[in-house]
Amino acid sequence: MELENINPNIYKKINDRPVLPEEEDDDVEDEFDSREVFDLIRSINDPEHPLTLEELHVVENSLITVDNKNNIVKVLYTPTIPHCSMATLIGLSIRVKLLRCLPPRFKVNVEITPGTHASEHSVNKQLADKERVAAALENTHLIKVINQCIAMKGL
Amino acid sequence: MGKLDLCETLSKHVGRVWNVAWHPKGDAFASCGEDKTIRIWAKEGNKWVNKIVLADGHKRTIRSVAWSPCGNYLASASFDATTAIWDKKSGEFECNATLEGHENEVKSVAWSKSGNLLATCSRDKSVWVWEVAEEDEYECAAVLNAHTQDVKKVIWHPNTDILASASYDNTIKLFKEDPSDNDWVSVATLTSHDSTVWSIAFDSSGTRLASCSDDNTVKIWQEYAPNNPEGVPTVDNESTWKCVSTISGYHTRTIYDISWCHLTGLIVTACADDTIRILKEDQESDRNAPNFSCVSSTERSHSQDVNCVAWNPVVSGLLASCSDDGNIKLWSYME
Repeated sequence: MELENINPNIYKKINDRPVLPEEEDDDVEDEFDSREVFDLIRSINDPEHPLTLEELHVVENSLITVDNKNNIVKVLYTPTIPHCSMATLIGLSIRVKLLRCLPPRFKVNVEITPGTHASEHSVNKQLADKERVAAALENTHLIKVINQCIAMKGL
Repeated sequence: MGKLDLCETLSKHVGRVWNVAWHPKGDAFASCGEDKTIRIWAKEGNKWVNKIVLADGHKRTIRSVAWSPCGNYLASASFDATTAIWDKKSGEFECNATLEGHENEVKSVAWSKSGNLLATCSRDKSVWVWEVAEEDEYECAAVLNAHTQDVKKVIWHPNTDILASASYDNTIKLFKEDPSDNDWVSVATLTSHDSTVWSIAFDSSGTRLASCSDDNTVKIWQEYAPNNPEGVPTVDNESTWKCVSTISGYHTRTIYDISWCHLTGLIVTACADDTIRILKEDQESDRNAPNFSCVSSTERSHSQDVNCVAWNPVVSGLLASCSDDGNIKLWSYME
């Protein structure tokens, strides 16, 4: 298959999160924060390049919001080019990864960073439709591709 | 304000429960979901008991179930692209017909009032009408390609053979058979929602329709027949369906289902904000511009999205709900 974006910008990975003493104290309740969500999705592999979503700046810590009180996690992701045909697959991979890792109390919204993709609205609508997502996850071919994207490597 | 009391929580399904459907007699219901099973529940003493599990009908998620008006048949629609018809003529529930034709996930199935017609809809954008021919024979009477996207829900009018469908294309369409050539045609397109219409429900008279959407609103549509006294224009001697009320400001996420009680006139909604809300028309409401108020809001009714709500057809105020949390709950509403 021909690459759509043959020469993407590659960015440096951010440093590991320093573990604070109170985080090791079991008596202190740690709330979910954006960095924790970022750490869950930063190592997802790009479907096209042997790079992670972090290295391509598809996902960034600053574009994740966590509302612990109302149990809402919102992730904005940025396709590398505005016509990227992989945008839905990338969004689906982020959604599935968070579906599997976050407690079910969280409502997860995964959307394209406004203004960064030609089909932003239609991709967002598909990703928000849980019936379509559920049906997609029962598709053996698609789930294989998603699992490849999510598979841990380079950690 | 009314009060919605929890009567019982039923936890037998594994994973998301998509749909619950009351038997027309009101003394049993069927449920289905991600675990590919259909469960039939009936009351024993004060408890609802899972009497029957139908596990071998479908290869993928079962999205919805529907009882025939006579109560002898149960239809199930699945992501495996088929619709199964179950009956217990042999003494036990068995699948005696499988309706094939949709290209992919079947989302909804509904029997007409007479029980002679069945409708299904799918992500393939089509709505199919099936005629119940002879014993366990179902013939395709029409394939309706009116929607431009995924069709989420089909329901029949409570009194006549009018079919309504709701879609990812943000519209609702009404269909009926043209008596001159027996062709099924789209007779109305209801546009006003800003996103996917997930579910629809007629009131008992069939002159009003309620819809719920991903745009977080409920809308009430009213039928205006040709030559109506209000002077609402109609086209081709067909009724016009006009949106007479938009109920916004209550729901904070997608509304997945709506049920309009034919006994009490109360509307109930299932929402992704985990809340079950009951809406009631104000007493001195203008019929052509009605006002609906939220008379009950049960937050955290389930621990995840509520997918379906259904008023019991016989017992006033008895409500069933199901959720992504894997549970079915029975509720009693007191005004």
